[in-house]
Amino acid sequence: MREIFTTISRPVKGATEKTGQWRTFKPLLDKKKCTRCLRCWILCPDGAIQRNEDESVEINLEYCKGCGICANECPVKAIRMVREE
Amino acid sequence: MPLRDLSKEELYLPGSAACAGCGDGIALRIALKALGKDTIFTVPACCTSVIESSYPNTSFGIPVMNIAFAASAACASGIRAGLRRQGKETQVVVWAGDGATYDIGVASLSGAWERETDFLYICYNNQMYSNTGIQRSGATPFGAWTTTTWKGKEESEKDMIAIAMAHHLPYIATATIGYPEDLHRKVQKAKSIPGPKYIEILSPCPPGWRYDMSKTVEMSKLSIATGVWALLEVEEGNITFNGRSKAILEGKIKPKPVEDWLSGQGRFAHLFKPKRDEERIKKFEEIIDQKWQRHREGKL
Amino acid sequence: MKLIMDTANHIAGEAAKAARAEVVAAYPITPQTTVVEYIQKLISNGEFDADFICVESEHSAMAATIGASATGVRTFTATSSHGLLYMHEMLHWAALARLPIVMVNINRTIGPGWNIWADHQDSMAQRDTGWLQFHCGSNQEVFDTVIQSYKIAEAEEIQLPIMVNFDAFILSHTSMPVSIPDQPVIDKFLPKRKPVWKLDSSDPLTHGNIIPPDPYLEIRKSMQESQDKARDLIRTTAEEWKKLTGFWHGGTVEEYRAEDADLVVLAMGTLGSEAKVAVDRLRKERIKAGVFRIRSFRPFPIDEIKKLSEETKLVVVDKALSFGGEGVLYSEVKSALYGRKNEIFGWIAGLGGKDVSWQDLVQMVKAVKDGKAKPVNWQKGGKGAITGFI
Repeated sequence: MREIFTTISRPVKGATEKTGQWRTFKPLLDKKKCTRCLRCWILCPDGAIQRNEDESVEINLEYCKGCGICANECPVKAIRMVREE
Repeated sequence: MPLRDLSKEELYLPGSAACAGCGDGIALRIALKALGKDTIFTVPACCTSVIESSYPNTSFGIPVMNIAFAASAACASGIRAGLRRQGKETQVVVWAGDGATYDIGVASLSGAWERETDFLYICYNNQMYSNTGIQRSGATPFGAWTTTTWKGKEESEKDMIAIAMAHHLPYIATATIGYPEDLHRKVQKAKSIPGPKYIEILSPCPPGWRYDMSKTVEMSKLSIATGVWALLEVEEGNITFNGRSKAILEGKIKPKPVEDWLSGQGRFAHLFKPKRDEERIKKFEEIIDQKWQRHREGKL
Repeated sequence: MKLIMDTANHIAGEAAKAARAEVVAAYPITPQTTVVEYIQKLISNGEFDADFICVESEHSAMAATIGASATGVRTFTATSSHGLLYMHEMLHWAALARLPIVMVNINRTIGPGWNIWADHQDSMAQRDTGWLQFHCGSNQEVFDTVIQSYKIAEAEEIQLPIMVNFDAFILSHTSMPVSIPDQPVIDKFLPKRKPVWKLDSSDPLTHGNIIPPDPYLEIRKSMQESQDKARDLIRTTAEEWKKLTGFWHGGTVEEYRAEDADLVVLAMGTLGSEAKVAVDRLRKERIKAGVFRIRSFRPFPIDEIKKLSEETKLVVVDKALSFGGEGVLYSEVKSALYGRKNEIFGWIAGLGGKDVSWQDLVQMVKAVKDGKAKPVNWQKGGKGAITGFI
């Protein structure tokens, strides 16, 4: 196929960009408080919360847009939003 | 299904062009976990066509066919036929906003339903044309400000579920992103049923509804708690309510005041400021009350 | 080879079958209906192995055709007039998506008032959609052109949709003898489609998402390059068909007694066929006239037209009009001959199905020959087929 022929796009992480740079507030996860309920993982609009083998979670700050849904929805308040420096 | 049993595979990838706090993003992730890789999307003009990101990249790990605003259901009929010729059983899914569903695409959707195309039509309903800058759609509720209803919409939304029911679809459901297990279950169920299916996902939109982006899920859940939106399924013409909506229907819990939902959104601010608009708040409450009255009679 | 006697609409259905189209999506409109009916009948009789999608509009007909074509299968549809206009948005979509759809359009005029007769206003209004546009002058040509169109559209360097046009009723509902080659001959000429891109869950891609200006312009340019390349391919494909079947209707142009002509009539569709009758009459009167029947309106046969001597006077007869401009074909011919000395005369004729007989065409040529024609002329309205000019 010729390189530019019709609008065919291929899947890639960060298709728009490393959207972490959009953030004003950054989520901070307190792993000790986390009960591994996975609500933050399923409710992140950007799939920026990674789920590990042991069901612990990690926030991928490369892509996290800083919306704060995870902090708002965490039932045990294990995530808080802090202003980016 | 408990959250831990949901697929870890992400078919809607991080780093998309979606607004921070986008309800559609949540809907996409959950639905794609239920649908899996062997799925083809067709997407009319809507927020999702932007969220895909820009050529030569895409945020979607499944094939996506973008199509003109009015044409997604017809395109799905074509995709289904083409796949059938090749003996492929790939899920064909339309992923469309409420503008494409309620308004410009309703004729082609009705056509695809009538000819019983085997596909799942998912409308992520943010109650307005968000992508084009928040204009009124057929799904915009009474009283809501949009850029084409500056003083608040004077009419109620149309009843898309009733329109779907009039086509005798084997499966119809409503869902919202605040209840991921419920949404996942409904998509999975739809996937298992041949023929035309319809799922409508209430998908709050921070810039359109005018609330803080951290409140998307809260707003979704509040829509259920206040009874503004109901979780239901229609199978063989039988309407069943589920989750909190079932409890509301059966009188086991009292819905929260509708005003809680209205006052949390900037698009209804004119109902409260500079002066409380008692008449319109009351009318909104009546619309919701009447809806539940009908629900209690087994109607939509 | 089997000889049958049938209408162009049924022949178009036979051609879709012979081409082994796998998905057909269509919506009925007069005078296209008998194409749809015929295909449905063939499918329900088990003679044609295809999926038919009964859509609720032409916009959806093209959307469904696009969807099917995007999965990699061969597709066919048919429309006419207002149906074609209703498809307009999706015509652009099909071309930009580089999908080799073949569609027959039965040329019919536009309302109001309602009128079901032939002119070319419907397809001319689709001039800039990126589709290749062919015009046929006989039922045999309809069959042969549909088959050839798949081969051209699906060629790797083309990958554009093709609209095969023919005139309402004059061909669509008129029975003529047509020879249909044996299926193995057609299959050899037209192998299974090899899609350049397709929707396939084992190889995910997104088609048609947001595209910035730079690559967008490049894509548009590639469409133009494919149109340009199609000129040769149209001729070589027609030549290949001729070798296999003996049938020849021309390449991008059908030339008739044009080599030594002082006056050449340029027209499309059945008007081009009628012009051959007129030229035979004129030749009897020792007027050296010829015909250029434009088979391919898109790509426009600029190279062929440029082969005409600069002394040749051209009589361009349009069945469509660009209001506030001039006859569409007339403009195209003038543009192709820019910088040349040829005198070019245009006639607007046959709008709304008004008959343009060989007598009319004889008069047009004579008017040019006698210096009575203006650059732009109109067929006279009113009763009879008497051509005048204003």
